[in-house]
Amino acid sequence: MSDAPASPLRQALMSALTLGLFGILGAALVAATWSLTAERIAYNERQAFLRNVYKLVPRDRITNNLLEDVITLRDSQLSPEPLQVYRARQGDRPLAVVYSPIETPGYAGPIRLMVAVLADGTLGGVRVLSHSETPGLGDRIDEQKSDWILSFSGKSLGHPPLEKWKVKKDGGVFDQFTGATITPRKVVEAVRRTLLHFRAHRDELFSRPAQPLETTEAHS
Amino acid sequence: MSMPRHIIADGLWNNNQALVALLGLCPLLAVSSTLVNGLGLGLATTAVLVASNTTVSLIRHWISPQIRLPVFVLVIASFVTAVELAMNAWFHDLYKILGIFIPLIVTNCTIVGRAEAFASRNRVPHAALDGLAMGTGFTLVLVVLGGLRELIGQGTLFSGAELMFGEGARDWFVSLGDGYQGLILAILPPGAFFGLGLLIALKYLIDKRLEARARRRAEAAAAAPQAAGAQG
Repeated sequence: MSDAPASPLRQALMSALTLGLFGILGAALVAATWSLTAERIAYNERQAFLRNVYKLVPRDRITNNLLEDVITLRDSQLSPEPLQVYRARQGDRPLAVVYSPIETPGYAGPIRLMVAVLADGTLGGVRVLSHSETPGLGDRIDEQKSDWILSFSGKSLGHPPLEKWKVKKDGGVFDQFTGATITPRKVVEAVRRTLLHFRAHRDELFSRPAQPLETTEAHS
Repeated sequence: MSMPRHIIADGLWNNNQALVALLGLCPLLAVSSTLVNGLGLGLATTAVLVASNTTVSLIRHWISPQIRLPVFVLVIASFVTAVELAMNAWFHDLYKILGIFIPLIVTNCTIVGRAEAFASRNRVPHAALDGLAMGTGFTLVLVVLGGLRELIGQGTLFSGAELMFGEGARDWFVSLGDGYQGLILAILPPGAFFGLGLLIALKYLIDKRLEARARRRAEAAAAAPQAAGAQG
């Protein structure tokens, strides 16, 4: 009996069952790993975000939990996707807002920036969150590769004057890179747009009631 | 040669998946821009290889030939996702650099290749060892290629080591000095092809040398008894 070849139907059924079983086992493995790591991953993401924020906004002056004090903006000038604005406060006084992510098309793909604007309109600083610019050329916008991105700290719309918010090649004050003008030009433009947005909406940005993100997963 | 020694020699040299089988080139070429990136992806690939080879060997008698490939793919994809989550949890900064390449391990033909060619026909300990040896061989190529490209391209070695080994590893950083401008070509994608091509050529040369030496020895060994016979 056992030597008789199984009928095609029976064979197909067995194959389907085996495949289904392995699908369930694989899903179970992934689910188990996820439940072991989800909390840690969310924690890592919060910490990585805060580490960046504290480089741009003086940490000892922040008294609120800015991860909770957040609003969502939809503004195609700043980013094609909805973006978050985190508010840092010192007691009741507004301290700074952190726009994240500001998105601009770079040379090789979207460049995502975190832009911190202090309450008086000066830049706390700018950091590149992600980009796909050419290694060795455009990627010098990355803090790891050069100090260029640090040159934004302390600048504002009056310093330098608005018409000087360009790379040197276009008559502005910001350095371009040898062999890569498009990348820094786009970043300077994006930062300038962010500052203009802040100037136009400053009070609203600080006073709008917070809309905490539902879960950290939804954010990531 | 005993089986385990044979497996190790195959994985590290004779059947090196990157230099001989030329498998897994997509992640290999994409990630080998620095030594640490190469090491990170190599270790992740090795972890997946050992786990998938072991699993495939364990289940090899229950899986009918018709569905073995989809089952292998399921097994591999599950392990890769698990490794990806684990890296995100415990090596978060490295994960942010390698992030998009980790899922690509699924498409590394080495893994399904070893499952099909070796693990599905061998006992569990041998299959696990094969995964370890093949993974280590792949990692070595990634590390050498990544180190070469980093050194030539930006004049440094071990940049980003602290992402993997903790803050103490910052001291490992080696730089040729600010005077070195770097040859950007080495970091760009073509640099990966040139680098891999050179490594393959180097392996070929070494193999030829070894072969020639082995032949001379064999001839000498063959000649010796004849000489002895002529005298006798």
